[in-house]
Amino acid sequence: MAARSDAKVVVTGLGIAAPNGLGTADYWAATRAGVHGIGRIARFDPASYPATLAGEIDGFAAQDLLPSRLIPQTDRVTRLALVSTDWAFADAGVRPEEFPEFDMGVVTASSSGGFEFGQGELQNLWSRGGAYVSAYQSFAWFYAVNSGQISIRNGMRGPSGVVVSDQAGGLDAVAQARRQIRKGTRLVVSGGMDASICPWGWVGLLASRRLSTSTDPQRAYLPFDGAAHGHVPGEGGALLVLEDLDSARERGAPQVYGEIAGYGATFDPAPETGREPCLRKAIEVALDDAGIGPQDVDVVFADGAAVPELDRIEAEAVSKVFGPRGVPVTVPKAMTGRLCSGAAALDLATACLAIRDGVIPPTPHVTPGDDYDIDLVGAQPRTAPIRTALVLARGYGGFNSALVVRACGL
Amino acid sequence: MPATGFTLEALKRILLEGAGASEEVDLDGDILDVEFDALGYESLALLETGGRIEREFGIALDDSALTVARTPRALIDVVNAHLSPTPAA
Repeated sequence: MAARSDAKVVVTGLGIAAPNGLGTADYWAATRAGVHGIGRIARFDPASYPATLAGEIDGFAAQDLLPSRLIPQTDRVTRLALVSTDWAFADAGVRPEEFPEFDMGVVTASSSGGFEFGQGELQNLWSRGGAYVSAYQSFAWFYAVNSGQISIRNGMRGPSGVVVSDQAGGLDAVAQARRQIRKGTRLVVSGGMDASICPWGWVGLLASRRLSTSTDPQRAYLPFDGAAHGHVPGEGGALLVLEDLDSARERGAPQVYGEIAGYGATFDPAPETGREPCLRKAIEVALDDAGIGPQDVDVVFADGAAVPELDRIEAEAVSKVFGPRGVPVTVPKAMTGRLCSGAAALDLATACLAIRDGVIPPTPHVTPGDDYDIDLVGAQPRTAPIRTALVLARGYGGFNSALVVRACGL
Repeated sequence: MPATGFTLEALKRILLEGAGASEEVDLDGDILDVEFDALGYESLALLETGGRIEREFGIALDDSALTVARTPRALIDVVNAHLSPTPAA
């Protein structure tokens, strides 16, 4: 395909794996109903760690969903990514074997790669010796492994890569996918998936000092609440099929969820400079890129750090751009925990479903703090026509990303 | 060391444990002379298989053994050569 810098890039397929629902139908039903998926960690005994709650995915039977050749060489996160990609393709009505292999790329985000696999092999190394380390450790732990395995399984040899920018990565990957499609690639699988609920992954997450130590699943992760005290991590994310709109029309795609209409990314100044954080700028750049004003946005999917200082920065950015309580703000990730690179990809998928059904999902268990001048959607979902959604994501260390998804006809 | 040496059954078990099996291939079929590539095992799968054989049978295979032995029969022969007692001089 010829490169076109103004080509419309659209979402045509969703594949979702989340702590409160495996597959789009289960996840969306649970999310609309405010059902959360947070509980005491079951994958290992968390008793000796200060934080003991996580959003874990139950009932994922990889051996029933993937060929046996892939099981010994993959971490849980890669199995989730491969299966979610299968679901996204099925949803989009795409059979990858019918596409020329260089017309399809893969750009995913990752925060930790296959950490559980890596932990097991490191344990083999120091307890039994190098001869007991799996040959597949060479790639199974690696950040790029999801992109690589999706590419191999589906015969996708177009432009591919991985973006590592913590939570912001889920949006940064989609932006990179959009660039590749505008340069002429017909289809790119994008999004993010993380799953490192294992001791090695857990100590890494603890090092951020942002984890909630609450033991009450309904009071542990409370973004924009006066009682906010850190977040609960989770596993999962979403993979999306992105296509050039003309190409999607030509092949007769069953639906278009929305157009990736705008994107902005900024990086915060060092804290000691005293300069303003840049989330607001990222929002303005994304709206500009979409050619819209604040009045055109129907809902904001907030980052929702649940660290008071970070909540204040985000609430101020939103209220400065949209006016005090000027737009509904929701944080459905309060139901799943923060999924690292999977979080914003899941928020984008959720925004697509919100546009499709005219429903803003709730932010359960949260009583918005009086200091925040935002219209936070509470425990009940809201019904409203949604044409344009803004998704925000911040990554540890200063990453800010904002992405506009807009309704788009086939 | 098992008295029977290294058998096709042992190789199949180790392949399954270490690398699984391709959906298009029946490992219980007549595979002795089928190249590993055609059985769906790439070089990394063979590296993993070689490592498992070395661990289980207490032998050290040459780095080249796994690239030279392109079929189950060839690999079984290489392993059994390592398992045979060295003839007295």
